[in-house]
Amino acid sequence: MTMTDTPTAMNRLGRLMVDRPLLPLIGLLILLVAVLAILNPGVLSMFWASNTLKIAIPLAMLAACQTMTMLTGGIDLSVGTAATIAAYLTATLAPLIGVPPAIAIALAAAILIGLVNGFGIAICRVHPLIMTLGTALIATGCLLVYQRYVIATGVLIPDFLLWLGTGRTLGLPNSLALFIPFAILVIWAQRRSGFGRLLYAIGANEAAARLSGVRVWQVHFTLYTLSSLIAGVTGLLYLGQIKTASLSLALPLDLPSVAAAVIGGTSIFGGRGGYGGTIVGALILTVLTSMLTLMQIPEGGRRILFGLIILAVTALFIRLTERN
Amino acid sequence: MKRWIEANTWTLGLAVLLAALLLLTKLIQPDFGASGLDSLARAALPFALATVGMAIVVIAGGIDLSIAAMMAVASVTGAVLMDGASDGQSVVIVIGVLLLGLAMGAINGALIVVSKVPDIVVTLAMLFVWQGVALLILNAPGGGAAAWLRALSAGGVPGIDWLPRAVVFLAIVTAVIWIPIRRSKLGLRLYAIGSDPLAAFRSGVPVGQTRIIAYALCGLFAALGGLSVTMSTGIGEPIPGPYLLASVAAVVLGGVVLGGGRGGLLGPILAVFILRTVRMDLTLLSVDPNVAAIIEGTIMVAVVMFGAVLATRGRKT
Amino acid sequence: MPDAPSDAVLDATGVAKRFGAVQALRNASLQVKAGQVVALMGANGAGKSTFVKILTGVLKPDAGHVRIKGRDSTVVNPAGARKWGLVPVYQEPSLIPDLSVADNLRLGDTPMEPFRHWIGELGLPDLSSDALIRSLPLASLRIVDLARALALEPDVLLLDELTAALPTDLVDRVLKVVRAQADQGRSVIYVSHRFNEIAAICDRATVLRDGLTVGDVAIEPGIEERIVEMMLGGAVAAAVAEDRPAKPLPTAIPRLRVRSLKTGTRLTDVSFDLHKGEVLGVVALEGQGQDELFDVLAGNRRASAGTVEVDGAPKTFHHPADAIAAGLTLVPGDRAHALLMSRSVRENIAVPLLARIRTWGAIRMGDEAEKVGAAIETLQIDTRAQGEVRRLSGGNQQKVTIARWIAKGVQTLLLFDPTRGIDIRTKRQIYGLVRDLADQGAAVLFYTSELAEIRLACDRAVVIFNGRVVDIIDARDADEATLMRAAYGLTEKAPA
Repeated sequence: MTMTDTPTAMNRLGRLMVDRPLLPLIGLLILLVAVLAILNPGVLSMFWASNTLKIAIPLAMLAACQTMTMLTGGIDLSVGTAATIAAYLTATLAPLIGVPPAIAIALAAAILIGLVNGFGIAICRVHPLIMTLGTALIATGCLLVYQRYVIATGVLIPDFLLWLGTGRTLGLPNSLALFIPFAILVIWAQRRSGFGRLLYAIGANEAAARLSGVRVWQVHFTLYTLSSLIAGVTGLLYLGQIKTASLSLALPLDLPSVAAAVIGGTSIFGGRGGYGGTIVGALILTVLTSMLTLMQIPEGGRRILFGLIILAVTALFIRLTERN
Repeated sequence: MKRWIEANTWTLGLAVLLAALLLLTKLIQPDFGASGLDSLARAALPFALATVGMAIVVIAGGIDLSIAAMMAVASVTGAVLMDGASDGQSVVIVIGVLLLGLAMGAINGALIVVSKVPDIVVTLAMLFVWQGVALLILNAPGGGAAAWLRALSAGGVPGIDWLPRAVVFLAIVTAVIWIPIRRSKLGLRLYAIGSDPLAAFRSGVPVGQTRIIAYALCGLFAALGGLSVTMSTGIGEPIPGPYLLASVAAVVLGGVVLGGGRGGLLGPILAVFILRTVRMDLTLLSVDPNVAAIIEGTIMVAVVMFGAVLATRGRKT
Repeated sequence: MPDAPSDAVLDATGVAKRFGAVQALRNASLQVKAGQVVALMGANGAGKSTFVKILTGVLKPDAGHVRIKGRDSTVVNPAGARKWGLVPVYQEPSLIPDLSVADNLRLGDTPMEPFRHWIGELGLPDLSSDALIRSLPLASLRIVDLARALALEPDVLLLDELTAALPTDLVDRVLKVVRAQADQGRSVIYVSHRFNEIAAICDRATVLRDGLTVGDVAIEPGIEERIVEMMLGGAVAAAVAEDRPAKPLPTAIPRLRVRSLKTGTRLTDVSFDLHKGEVLGVVALEGQGQDELFDVLAGNRRASAGTVEVDGAPKTFHHPADAIAAGLTLVPGDRAHALLMSRSVRENIAVPLLARIRTWGAIRMGDEAEKVGAAIETLQIDTRAQGEVRRLSGGNQQKVTIARWIAKGVQTLLLFDPTRGIDIRTKRQIYGLVRDLADQGAAVLFYTSELAEIRLACDRAVVIFNGRVVDIIDARDADEATLMRAAYGLTEKAPA
């Protein structure tokens, strides 16, 4: 099984994408921005850049959930629901019981979703996709029931969330104040914490991780709980950004969050990738979306494109990394 | 006979459970009768057809996450084309939609076989693609359906009023498509690739080709399911309902093992009716419909968890 | 002389096959004439299974050709092989578990009547055609598989380790039926490790070594010795063996005591002691239960009977973590099962250091670098390509799997064929390392498919055959011929 492969062009490209995924990604981002500038001269401005960042941040945070779960070979399709529920609970409970308890309850609800996911995936060994889809369905039902009983109390969006979601400082969105520490923490954890390393280990070879003494279920359980918590926090940020409490607030972000992680070079089979690429992936998607809007491509076309991107990138990765 | 009963204990158990649930319904609602059965059957029809499609893929060792999206494509295509079409034209349209379903499924299967990307990833990506296609065809619910098509699943069978046409429709469609396949070598091949692909290859089964056929059949039943949505509502639905999770849950509850090779179609169909009857009973007990949805969802997730535990056990021994 | 007409029904010549850097077959050939049963033999790793796969069309050869009945074979899959009159019966049953016997026959277009005839001949006349394959015992499956093949009336029947799971009475019937096939003018290729069966039914034996056909001999009394010699390759026996002083037999409690261990169908009854400071070799032909033994000791599989004691305390392992906690650490035979191929050398080595929840937090990078660095140093791993382990050479990959446990701290190391497919220099380093570990007080269980290694690295060797320990040999007496004879069960005392 020794490697004596003669490096072909394909092979070299594969290595480049595996070793330095950020370089081609940033190149692609710049290319897209250039195309956008040609399509619509004068669109590029500090305001545009800041706005793109603002839109990309909640997406990038939900894509952190996908990155971490995908590193183990999983996926979390309940992040949109968890974010929506956290946002809705905060907005509707805040006028009743005050902001801090409302946020505590909102995040607890998000964590509960994660615990159920964790139980199903880690202990019952349900496929993460099916399990997270199922909890999303149940949680949405619970939200609908909840909504019927709170309808009269009104909505309050806490001021600091508004500041965080929509405010600007020195021309930059305030949400960076949340996002930069968050991104640093995630990138640090994936390289320098035992938990982060185990995500890669399980995704690269679950049997080998097991033989090395890793109790895989513990990692899965923690991971899905953490994923929902991040989704809940993202929901709060998104609430401040959108400024309305809707029952489907963050649901449209489910698919793009998967796409952002896949484009960012995280393998959907696990073991490869990282959050740095995902952030660029989220930026690429945001620019791409504004380009599609500019070209008046309808929502349907966007979904088809995202679906095909996921399929094509995955198939490409298999080709590039497949040996012998 | 005795052996048949032994082999089908699970299915018989489901039938008994369904009968008990219907009896319970009668106790809750003493005037539950032909019209109640009819609305139950009509609500269950798209779920049942989706479940049949899913069951075939799961038996063949796969899974198709795009089933609900394919149903949406079929539903809107049929509804858009049939809007204002004559009866004659609508027959052609229905046949066209069924062929479209076969084609969508075959595309899913071919992508899995050719790209070597796992089924779950391919059909997830295709879930988005088919959703997009449905939205491009029809942005919001609309379109129409031919009168004869709507009549297929509404009301009772003339002469036997208590027997809903939807049940007869389901039975005929499933039997016409599945029984010849099940009896032929193709049926054996579907079970074979699900049970042990290596042994199937060694027994001379063309594994890739059989897998594509399994997905194509799933697409065909998805198209039937999509048409049945249009049949009962009279319009096309671009946003798919919760058919994915429901069909996986019914397949598992119906005794088809995730991983493939085992089970039939009768069990999953009975499971669909059981899940629908539970939902109806909750409504009859004047439980909030949203709460009913939560209970139903919880039952489905619990069933899937149970199935996964069984599948893991099965692999270990 | 590829164009000369040959009277062989199946004629394979010059077959070569390479997997990456591993040359599995160099120049293998096999001729089978009508009415002959030819045994295909070879020690572990000689290339038998690759050869069988090429004959049946599962793999394409890089060179050489296979002729069946005088024409170049165009077989590309098992179904195609059958059209050519070649029907294989594989080592693992190739029956669909969830279909009945009758449906399995239909699936492969096998006629029912002759199948029933053969099933009767083979001693299972009561087998129901409606029985699910899943519900049948392994021995019956082998019989069904064979009967199915016979029902197709093949010109060439290829039997791969057919009798491995069969009880003696069925073996006798099978041998009789196979011999009768040849007597009716058909040909049989009989892949087996068992000399008594080969002596009973085979006309000739073709012997493979290191991917080469090294001999084609007629079966006659006393041929076993010559075949063993051919499999060994004569000269190899004089390998460099440093003479180690005999160790005084330790009297204390052994590090690892295994008693009557049993699991699955292959591992039936294994007992031995492994002491501190000792390297205990394990010698066995393929599939004699050694895989299961190592899996049980590493906590990767449960034993169905028997006991394992570590330092005198009985242990049951539910998870590899339990075994690791008791100091038992496994280097599995297949590196693909041990390595995180897409991760770096450092990450691979550090996994066990991070496995437990209390190590999930911040990694002490300096500490980790030190431990990993020391392990890399000890094993002299070439770390030039350390970004992804998959890019390392096989030898360096193997070192990484061992380094993982060096960094963690070795008490009892379970090495499963650690030198398979790696270069001679790395092999030497591994022997040296194993000896050093033992001298430092570790205990090592060392399964190897290369018999010469027993003298080079071990103190004693247990020989396992048919899931049982058949001999325990001191390394000084363990020349290859002795070990080979023992591994083939030739020296086993008749069971009482």
